[in-house]
Amino acid sequence: MTIGNRALTVDGVSHNYGARRALDRVSFAVEAASFAVLLGLNGAGKSTLFSLITRLYATQRGRIAVLDHDVARAPGEALRLLGVVFQARTLDLDLSVMQNLVYHAALHGIGKREAQARAGELLARIALSDRAGDKVRNLSGGQMRRVEIARALLHRPRLLVLDEPTVGLDIRSRADILGHVRKLVAEDGIGVLWATHLIDEVADTDQVIVLHDGRVLGDGAAGRLLADTGAANLREAFTTLTGGPLATGEAA
Amino acid sequence: MNALAASADRTAARRDKPRGFTLAQYAICLKGIVWRESLRFLHQRERFVSALVRPLVWLFIFAAGFRQVLGMSIIPPYQTYILYSEYIVPGLIAMIQLFNGMQSSLSMVYDREMGNMRTLLVSPLPRWYLLCCKLLAGTAVSLLQVYAFLIVAWFWGIEPPLLGYLTVLPALVFSGLMLGALGMLISSVIKQLENFAGVMNFVIFPMFFASSALYPIWRVREGSPALAAVCEWNPFTHAVELARFALYGQANWLSLAVVVGCTALFMAGAILAYDPARGLLARRGEGGGAT
Repeated sequence: MTIGNRALTVDGVSHNYGARRALDRVSFAVEAASFAVLLGLNGAGKSTLFSLITRLYATQRGRIAVLDHDVARAPGEALRLLGVVFQARTLDLDLSVMQNLVYHAALHGIGKREAQARAGELLARIALSDRAGDKVRNLSGGQMRRVEIARALLHRPRLLVLDEPTVGLDIRSRADILGHVRKLVAEDGIGVLWATHLIDEVADTDQVIVLHDGRVLGDGAAGRLLADTGAANLREAFTTLTGGPLATGEAA
Repeated sequence: MNALAASADRTAARRDKPRGFTLAQYAICLKGIVWRESLRFLHQRERFVSALVRPLVWLFIFAAGFRQVLGMSIIPPYQTYILYSEYIVPGLIAMIQLFNGMQSSLSMVYDREMGNMRTLLVSPLPRWYLLCCKLLAGTAVSLLQVYAFLIVAWFWGIEPPLLGYLTVLPALVFSGLMLGALGMLISSVIKQLENFAGVMNFVIFPMFFASSALYPIWRVREGSPALAAVCEWNPFTHAVELARFALYGQANWLSLAVVVGCTALFMAGAILAYDPARGLLARRGEGGGAT
């Protein structure tokens, strides 16, 4: 199987928690320099899939590869090319923004001086240069998220996966973060897997992977999903595919 | 042809890469983890204060109260009659490390809930190495606490030979590693934050009281031979005795062997428990988040 420059390959992945099947033969791919939305309700299996991609658990069945590195067989190489933003907040609240970033860089074997230089550039890009010395505790939710994205990019990954990154944020912050990540795709050629249950975050050109009850029910460009299901909009398409409605954007 | 060769080279390089981290990068990672743990420790001032106050309460109050009750005979490594307060100092040192080991395990459970553990575990370096770094970092923090305690104890009149402060250091490193590894093993087994109370009742107290920390085992044997046997098998006793002898410039080889052996055992257990394939994490399905 050639995987060329695919940023992420998920191939026939199943996962059970005891008797409960969380993922059932999930297959899809995310190309380099593309923005893929993993669309699903809470409980669809998105977080389990993230745990497998980030190798918190080993893949029970099937195969996951980041670029051409199998997560199970070459975890070091795969994780080196992978940037992650978890659903839960994972910054150290008592440390400064810069300290958090330097710590993360150290986990990737990047020395302090190099880390500070990279962090400076990344913070400038998200307009937080002036907050580098502040404790994370004093940032807003949206700012923390932006710092987490900057942190995920410190080791220059080729694939960025984000698990519900805009949950709990106001409309303005959501738009900022979405715009920022889309720019990374366009300018840096990073492949992005963006998990969400918020349909209004999907753009027409995005690849959409519909995950429901642990199975992939649809996979393709947003426009093609509409054509296939004969739906007028993505919300209807989702309902047709899954037999149930999807959440609207969270109110600010 | 050249392009082909170059591409083959690149493929080969890529294939060789799975071990592709330099020693310097391993060192940076270790340094980063120790630095973060120390920073966090310094930021949590209450943790430092309680780590210091706990043994001092034992020293100032408990030891003073028991001074007349427990007569000490001359047993190695002591060469003269000693006061009870001097006897229990090594036990209190080990207690500091026991609490610290359990607390860093608590912080691992806490980290896991907060997601910090996950950021640690997505580091591309091998997982066993990350856990060892975490263990070393916890041990370094425990050394800070122990020496702070020894300084206060010195003002209280507990004055081991000056050289003892140096010779006790390697002993403290070993016992810190053992108790930290035990904590790490426990952290992989307990699921929730609240369970720390359970760790207190089922791990800390039994380990501490069924050991030579508060009373010499020969005194215990007079009262209960069975309990004395338990004390002798308790790895914590050996952490205490290792520190006790080292503080007076002597080596207790049996205790050293037990401590090193237990460290290896606990650490292997922890690495296994955090292994993504065989680990308890995967079996429990504790992903964090919704699913």
